[in-house]
Amino acid sequence: MEQPAVNDKQLVHPRTTRTLAKPHVMEEWVGKVFTTLCILVLVVTIGAIVYFVSSRGLTTFFGDGVSLGGLLSGLKWDPEADIPLYGALPFIFGSFSTSLLAALIAAPLGCCAAVFMTQIMPGIGRRILQPVIELLAGIPSVVFGFVGLSVVVPALRAIFPGQGIGIAAGAIVLSMMILPTITTIATDALSGLQRGLKEASFALGATRWQTIYRIVIPTTLPSLLTGVVLGMSRAFGEALAVQMVIGNSPHIPHSLFESASTLTSVITLDMGNTVMGSTHNNVLWSLALILLAMTFVFVFIVRFLERRNNR
Amino acid sequence: MTAKTADRIATAVIIAISGFIVLLLAGLLGYIIVRGLPHISFHFLTSGPQTIKAGGGIGPQLFNSLFLLLLTLIITIPLGLGAGIYMSEYAKPGRLTDSIRLIVEVLSSFPSIVVGLFGLLVIVNVFGLGFSLFSGALALTVFNLPLMVRITEQSLKGVPREQKEASLALGLSRWKTITSVMMPIAMPTIVTGTILASGRVFGEAAALLFTAGMSSPRLDFTNWNPLSPFSPLNPFRPAETLAVHIWKINSEGLAPDAAQIGAGASAILIIMVLLFNFTARWFGGYLHRKFTATK
Repeated sequence: MEQPAVNDKQLVHPRTTRTLAKPHVMEEWVGKVFTTLCILVLVVTIGAIVYFVSSRGLTTFFGDGVSLGGLLSGLKWDPEADIPLYGALPFIFGSFSTSLLAALIAAPLGCCAAVFMTQIMPGIGRRILQPVIELLAGIPSVVFGFVGLSVVVPALRAIFPGQGIGIAAGAIVLSMMILPTITTIATDALSGLQRGLKEASFALGATRWQTIYRIVIPTTLPSLLTGVVLGMSRAFGEALAVQMVIGNSPHIPHSLFESASTLTSVITLDMGNTVMGSTHNNVLWSLALILLAMTFVFVFIVRFLERRNNR
Repeated sequence: MTAKTADRIATAVIIAISGFIVLLLAGLLGYIIVRGLPHISFHFLTSGPQTIKAGGGIGPQLFNSLFLLLLTLIITIPLGLGAGIYMSEYAKPGRLTDSIRLIVEVLSSFPSIVVGLFGLLVIVNVFGLGFSLFSGALALTVFNLPLMVRITEQSLKGVPREQKEASLALGLSRWKTITSVMMPIAMPTIVTGTILASGRVFGEAAALLFTAGMSSPRLDFTNWNPLSPFSPLNPFRPAETLAVHIWKINSEGLAPDAAQIGAGASAILIIMVLLFNFTARWFGGYLHRKFTATK
């Protein structure tokens, strides 16, 4: 009986209800507009970044007549010469090799730490290893660079032939920096695993290692790979720590312990010394555009892996 | 090899690797602090840097870092909260929301140097703000905003459904429910996340090379007029931060004691980051007790 009574009231006094609703609606409107504006700022920012970096980076090809193929495959980088040469392959090689190596070092370590935290000793893992990983994530990149310069490089110089600076030093420093990324994502993936799966394996008489190796790791593989790819993406874009230990010479090195360069390190060093609008400067923007494009590639791979994981 | 031995060996290897990671962090922190601590003194913390003589300090850099962090937070917090609230409460599932989520994800994985270059082109040159604290803060905002959005969204999603529904059932508007009911519950997580993000911003350098600049004017700490170019409070002056300073003296330092200054400054940076971490934990816990009436 009560339902129609309410309806009647609304029919009789439509104006009162509307005036009552007004501050309510106002409030809601303010909230909606404010939050939408905030989102718009985000959208406009990313649009502006992509637009401005591309417009600068593409000038090299459309305004200065440098060919895209020449930039991507050229081995010689000599922008100061009479006939300037803009071959960026050494930098592309440096970026890929350091970030790949870093991921190769950090992935097993991170996955082991995640297995330790979720499967072997969850108690100690949560209490000790979790804060360790979080602190590691908080260490600034320049400090990693400083440690790399004063510990990693001398150590490599003592053990291997060469100066110690180079791709190996860069990869070691980067692997420490991306270890938290890989570990955190792997831990999330492993702790999100359904209980039944593991228990079924134990019930069949499998040992813990067999369960981890045959059931847990294969089931969570897409998520583990997501972590590795995100780590690589971080390593690819990292600038200063790598710049400090890699030596910065513009050629493809013959060994891991010879001076090399990455896309980020050459941008860091040269951007301040070139005139805005010159070809040399524009080529640096093209390198930044390559970095940007690689970010999209990495995000795409991560999305692809996540979709596979959700299925 | 039987399955049992394999199990034992694998367990031992995993424990050893985890122990190695703990030792790695202990070694890193220990090394940085032990090497840097002897060089830290009151003079080092307060005096200005020297270009070619020994005995320079990091006073202005330390001040710049803190000031820049404050400016960044003033810009980031309202924007990040707003966008996070939108993502968690207003966004309807669909293609638009998916693409906004993708945008946040992409923005957070942009290399910081690309953000720095964007800042150089747009904020420094097009808007004509020059190398300044304000330009640096805007660049760091781009860098920090996705983090802030994610923190807010996750902590709002963590609010119990019943509490939100109870408030809506009382006839409160959605916005009122968010600001008066959900935000206080989500606050401890948001505050903890924000302080942790601040630690990251504090150590950021690549995005600042081209926005806040690599030099500091001779600051006059008795001049509190924010419009004067030598006042530390002027947000439109160039400012080298601590992290940028460490990078600069390590790659092109001319002072004879550059290595010691690098060590001392790194130690300060690490101590500050640790401080941010512990404050975040402690303050988050304190707020949690205060807002949720748990003992």
